[in-house]
Amino acid sequence: MTAPVIIAENLARHYVVGGGLFSKPQVVKALSEASFSIEPGKTLAVVGESGCGKSTLARLVTLIEEPTAGTLRIDGKAATPDTWASLRASVQIVFQDPYGSLNLRHRIGAILEEPLRINRPQMPAAERQAKAREMMALVGLRPEHYDRFPHMFSGGQRQRIAIARALMLEPKLLVLDEPVSALDLSIQSQVLNLLMDLQERLDLAYLFISHDLSVVRHMADEVIVMYLGRPVEYGTRDQVFEAPRHPYTKALLSATPTTEPHLRRERIKLEGELPSPLNVPEGCPFAPRCWKAQDLCRQTRPELGDGAHPAACHFPEGH
Amino acid sequence: MALLSIRNLSVEFATAAGPFRAVDGVDLTVDQGDVLAIVGESGSGKSVSMLAMMGLLPWTATITADEMSFDGRDIRRLSARERRKVIGRDMAMIFQEPMSSLNPCFTVGFQIKEALRQHLNLDRAQRHARAIELMDLVGIPAPEKRLSAFPHQLSGGMSQRVMIAMALACKPRLLIADEPTTALDVTIQAQILDLLSDLQKETGMALILITHDMGVVAETAQRVQVQYAGQKVEEQPVEGLFATPHHPYTAALLAALPERATTRRLPTIPGVVPGQYDRPAGCLFAPRCAKATEICHSTRAPVQGAELGLARCHHPVTQPEEATQ
Ligand SMILES: Nc1ncnc2c1ncn2[C@@H]1O[C@H](COP(=O)(O)OP(=O)(O)OP(=O)(O)O)[C@@H](O)[C@H]1O
Ligand SMILES: Nc1ncnc2c1ncn2[C@@H]1O[C@H](COP(=O)(O)OP(=O)(O)OP(=O)(O)O)[C@@H](O)[C@H]1O
Ligand SMILES: [Mg+2]
Ligand SMILES: [Mg+2]
Repeated sequence: MTAPVIIAENLARHYVVGGGLFSKPQVVKALSEASFSIEPGKTLAVVGESGCGKSTLARLVTLIEEPTAGTLRIDGKAATPDTWASLRASVQIVFQDPYGSLNLRHRIGAILEEPLRINRPQMPAAERQAKAREMMALVGLRPEHYDRFPHMFSGGQRQRIAIARALMLEPKLLVLDEPVSALDLSIQSQVLNLLMDLQERLDLAYLFISHDLSVVRHMADEVIVMYLGRPVEYGTRDQVFEAPRHPYTKALLSATPTTEPHLRRERIKLEGELPSPLNVPEGCPFAPRCWKAQDLCRQTRPELGDGAHPAACHFPEGH
Repeated sequence: MALLSIRNLSVEFATAAGPFRAVDGVDLTVDQGDVLAIVGESGSGKSVSMLAMMGLLPWTATITADEMSFDGRDIRRLSARERRKVIGRDMAMIFQEPMSSLNPCFTVGFQIKEALRQHLNLDRAQRHARAIELMDLVGIPAPEKRLSAFPHQLSGGMSQRVMIAMALACKPRLLIADEPTTALDVTIQAQILDLLSDLQKETGMALILITHDMGVVAETAQRVQVQYAGQKVEEQPVEGLFATPHHPYTAALLAALPERATTRRLPTIPGVVPGQYDRPAGCLFAPRCAKATEICHSTRAPVQGAELGLARCHHPVTQPEEATQ
């Protein structure tokens, strides 16, 4: 077994909001108790409702923000404030919106070379340029694109540029935060294919965030399902999709519309709404919407636990 | 008689770089109780054709059509006053960007009640009650409290539901929903789609659904219309479209669905949609089409018969197997 590129243990991130003259500051628990590891060449997908903490996790893993609690080991080294700078090159991120994440006034060449200019200032300009051109070829951009501006590209091409830039420092782990959500179906498949090619060639590990379960099913080796800032299920792709254990995962899968009649399941209708992370209910956070909830669920929060396919539920499915 | 009938609709924008044809000869028919989905590449004119019908395009747009009628009345001939009466009451639209379509200066309660005041004969208390009922209908918790919220105090998904509540306020006979569920997660999306189907069954409301989500199309629509580069390239009942698409573009689009993939690498469509300057002389899809022959590059494609899904194609696909290649 190869050593994981990243090991996260009990990561948490809390935000303090409000706290004006007359209001008490409140704590948003955007993420709590996230533990996982990813090996080279593997993809861990993170799914869950809007606001459940997926992007927060992405920011912690890419060392953009410091965790409130928990530890992170990247490439065998503990991520602490003094190692951050040296580890940052190993984890890079690609965002959802290919337009918003590129500097529109820079040419593609300059956009790709910027990470090198900042992180490897001693590298000669000619070598930087050679590396940028090599990367363009790798992601399927043409040599003449080197001098063009972002607005001259299609959405799919812009996402290729963003991926190319993220790869310039030869990271071991790429965090992909909704990388294809803004793209057309026909362009989505180009970008997903590119990601699969790059993963095979460079042995990259991916943390793949998406709300599209059919994309996740196609890309992932393992899946974490999150609810209200906490992982509630963690398993291999087949475990999660074929035999979901948490009722929330089951509801999510049943509500995903499909074009294949034989994949359609009886849809589970959830009552109520995702509670606010400012006001997390006591007990199991999913209990107010869960059709199986009992008194125990409303009183005591179930732990995720360990094992091959853990689920944070007092009454998991399949038992 | 069809509820909505549009024939040969074209929209041309005057741009700094010359005229740009965003919609090119589109036909569209909707009967009472119909659920029609419109799908197609981003920029293929789906939103613009609907906005043209509602009279909501800027002055730079030139609209031409052989027919545009709602309930037997020519929409183009309506006076501004009559048009306002029809639009918003009989014909309502949920816009693609919910955030920018709500007025940030007024509470959502005010905005819903205002729609009710303009079109229905209700007193103040009745309007208040109906507004709460509508918010509840679209699954907004604690509706009384949310009536006094301003749009920026709601999440994306919540504003989208307020927009839906407003569109439903006057029980329209036709609802046009442009990407109504994109900011929602699948469990809430399912709830909204159920609500729309129920209304359609109970009141005979017709629904035009514009979406990129093929799963939503398959589970919600009765009929599907596919657009490419401003043209309608195919129209079929939903089962037929997913089983045997007749236009090579439709076939390629469906093949790109991850859930249909038979190999790890997904099928793609090479090339890009034609732009303002490189519009082909023949079939608009020819430069990207695996089946294109000489005639496709030189001559505009004919529209095939209904048995071939009205495919705008010289060589329509006829076998399901052919479609998945
Ligand atoms: N800087 C911040 N200050 C206060 N609250 C924050 C901050 N960043 C995120 N949050 C809150 O933390 C929670 C999780 O946010 P996050 O962006 O991680 O969600 P997400 O799962 O990525 O959602 P989406 O699918 O909509 O992108 C949300 O309730 C959000 O409002
Ligand atoms: N006011 C305008 N002036 C000039 N061109 C416009 C204007 N509004 C829209 N267009 C162009 O018309 C074309 C059709 O746009 P439309 O919004 O109908 O696309 P769409 O099919 O709805 O795409 P999407 O799926 O991305 O919403 C696009 O190329 C767009 O850039
Ligand atoms: Mg996010
Ligand atoms: Mg649109």
